[in-house]
Amino acid sequence: MMASHFDIALCLLIFSVAAAALLGRQTFMAIVFFITYGLLLALAWLRLDAVDVALAEAAIGAGVTGILLLIARARLKAMDPRDAPLPHPAVRTIAALAAVSISAALGLRIWSLPPSEGLQKAVRARLSEAGTDNPVTAVLLNFRGWDTLLETLVLLAALLGAWTLSRDKDWPGRAGRAHHTLPDGVLAEFGRFLPPVALTIGVYLVWVGGHQPGGAFQGGTVLASAWIVTVMTGLLPAPRVDDASLRTALLAGPIAFVLLATAGLFADRFLYYPPEQAKALLLGLEAALAVAIATTLALLVFGAPQSREET
Amino acid sequence: MTDLLTMILTAIGLIFFAVGSLGLIRFPDSPSRLHALTKADNLGLGFIVLGVAFQAPGAAALLKLFLIWALAIFSAGASAQLVGRIALDSGRSDASGSKR
Repeated sequence: MMASHFDIALCLLIFSVAAAALLGRQTFMAIVFFITYGLLLALAWLRLDAVDVALAEAAIGAGVTGILLLIARARLKAMDPRDAPLPHPAVRTIAALAAVSISAALGLRIWSLPPSEGLQKAVRARLSEAGTDNPVTAVLLNFRGWDTLLETLVLLAALLGAWTLSRDKDWPGRAGRAHHTLPDGVLAEFGRFLPPVALTIGVYLVWVGGHQPGGAFQGGTVLASAWIVTVMTGLLPAPRVDDASLRTALLAGPIAFVLLATAGLFADRFLYYPPEQAKALLLGLEAALAVAIATTLALLVFGAPQSREET
Repeated sequence: MTDLLTMILTAIGLIFFAVGSLGLIRFPDSPSRLHALTKADNLGLGFIVLGVAFQAPGAAALLKLFLIWALAIFSAGASAQLVGRIALDSGRSDASGSKR
């Protein structure tokens, strides 16, 4: 595929938006450019026919990460970052040098890699045994299940990290801070209208991942957004962090994955799914993962429990 | 024929987007900037959806296209209200993010 004028313009736009996000002096502006960067990147993935990646980039890269950054900025502002001294110039120089040399080394290494035909043929050859018609899902959950297994654990670890920031007197309370909105205001109306639509789209994305672009990560993010909107518009209180069903939902994905992977040991090896049962197994796994991803992402956005008086 | 319709309608949509962006840059205060953004862009998106609809392979794709438009209008309307209220509350005309 030859690069069209559109592709070249898109690349230039991505570069300049990335530069604006990195070099911008104002945090808010940098975050806005970062979100724009994610959306443009999703467009680029789309041009490369990687619809799954485009969906994930738009939902997680631009959406969830963007809102996490905005919340972090609001909290930083409340803390008055002027108290924090700038790192010593020597530290900054060393950090810059390290970053530049790692990037340069990686770039050089990539340049000298032998030309590769990619793994499309290999994946296509064994797709019939994978239990799904979507090659991306086959790679994520079956051929390279290890990576996804570790990713779900990383996500859980990130939430535990955020939770450790809670103060002792606030633990175990409701996640995040209280949200108040006018009961018949625009925001509350928004919160009533959007979640049913988002729930439908989220479940559809998880289901369709078996044979078309979509899957647990993309669908789970949309499901998380439905929950985030209901909490942020004040229609539902955030869950308590010691709620048993909440913790079950959080652990559903990782535990299901580990159990399934271990069960493979008895049949053949770790992470082996017998081809006859692979479809049902993957579908169940995808559902459990979607629940866990949705819950974890939503709770990451809600944040650690905070005292309910302030706000 | 349908290709021609697509081209004309998406071109009209792009003009609306361009005018809306021009308004965002040129207008002096938040309410008028919001006015430019929400009205022109939603109309522009509508024309683009209408134009692309002629290329849709089936009813399902059509439905998805119009759902996208509806959701964009809805969220633009809600967020415009919120930005407008913050602009009013802060008592200054400039609420485009640079307020301290």
